Amino acid sequence: MHGLPPFQTLLDRYANDVMATLRGAVGRVDADDVFQETFLAALRAYPCLKDDRNLRGWLLTIAHRKAIDHHRARGRRPLPVAEMEAVVEARAVAPEIPTPDDGVWEKVAGLPPKQRAAVTLRFASDLPHAEIAAALGCSPAAARRSLHEGLTKLRKELS
Amino acid sequence: MTTTTEMAIERFRAAAAAEGLLDVAYASADSPFGTLLLAQTPRGLVRVGLPNQDREELLEELAAKLSPRVLEAPSQLDAARRELDRYFAGELREFDLPVDWALSHGFRQQVLQGIAAIPYGETRTYTEMAAGAGNPRAVRAAGSACGSNPTPLVVPCHRVLRLSGGLGGYAGGLAMKESLLELEAEHHS
Repeated sequence: MHGLPPFQTLLDRYANDVMATLRGAVGRVDADDVFQETFLAALRAYPCLKDDRNLRGWLLTIAHRKAIDHHRARGRRPLPVAEMEAVVEARAVAPEIPTPDDGVWEKVAGLPPKQRAAVTLRFASDLPHAEIAAALGCSPAAARRSLHEGLTKLRKELS
Repeated sequence: MTTTTEMAIERFRAAAAAEGLLDVAYASADSPFGTLLLAQTPRGLVRVGLPNQDREELLEELAAKLSPRVLEAPSQLDAARRELDRYFAGELREFDLPVDWALSHGFRQQVLQGIAAIPYGETRTYTEMAAGAGNPRAVRAAGSACGSNPTPLVVPCHRVLRLSGGLGGYAGGLAMKESLLELEAEHHS
């Protein structure tokens, strides 16, 4: 008998966090698809999970891997024009949640992958450096560096 | 929870069901006695939580004993909900739902399968159920099997009484047991 909580608990508690993280990482339009991939992957792996001490960190780690996969797949195939237009159109529609960020997340989406992931994990998901490092598969020092570089770049662009 | 997140969850549920990942699907159901919790596996109805039972505790128990892939999925339990509605309305005498017996074993399961065969509107005694399961002296064990019935209502343990004619016990409270017996007496022709 193991002590994992019902999977529904993870949805109830962390679905909003995962969605916010993914919006930062892949944009509002694609976040829904990557959300599906994230939770399906989590549900498949869940019964074998050994350590239930940080379920939120585990989910966000999967979310970031899926976001990176998504960017890789995107990078390999060019965006069809129709899809481009859809993206532009969707972004033009007023966001349903007020985002008091003055376009910051748009700029975040334009950062190189590692920096973007570090910035989103730190500020959208509120993860500490050690967990960002675990999610990115690098050392805490490297995670700190990516975060620093990302923030420096953002400051420059926003000033 | 924002609307888009809720819609994303809805889509995820459907995808999980399509992929056969809903090891335990659960939903709430209204009843004249309060809210029931219904849970099912791909094999059938596995748990009916009565209104006075702790919902979180029941779900944790299912996660521990069956699979942690426990997800709320109301549409999966439409058939169960419909049959229970009709039962409470006095329109349904025999449930047609498959039951997953995974939560009971051995003698207990035999007692419960015996109970499942008690016809609508009739009653039996704990002694009869013990004998039916092959051990007439295990009256106390038969009583405890009734008490731990994972799927009350559908496996009608409310139809089992004391030899003296006393009500015995009921997980949902004696008032509920009494009402169920009255309902059945009324619609039993």
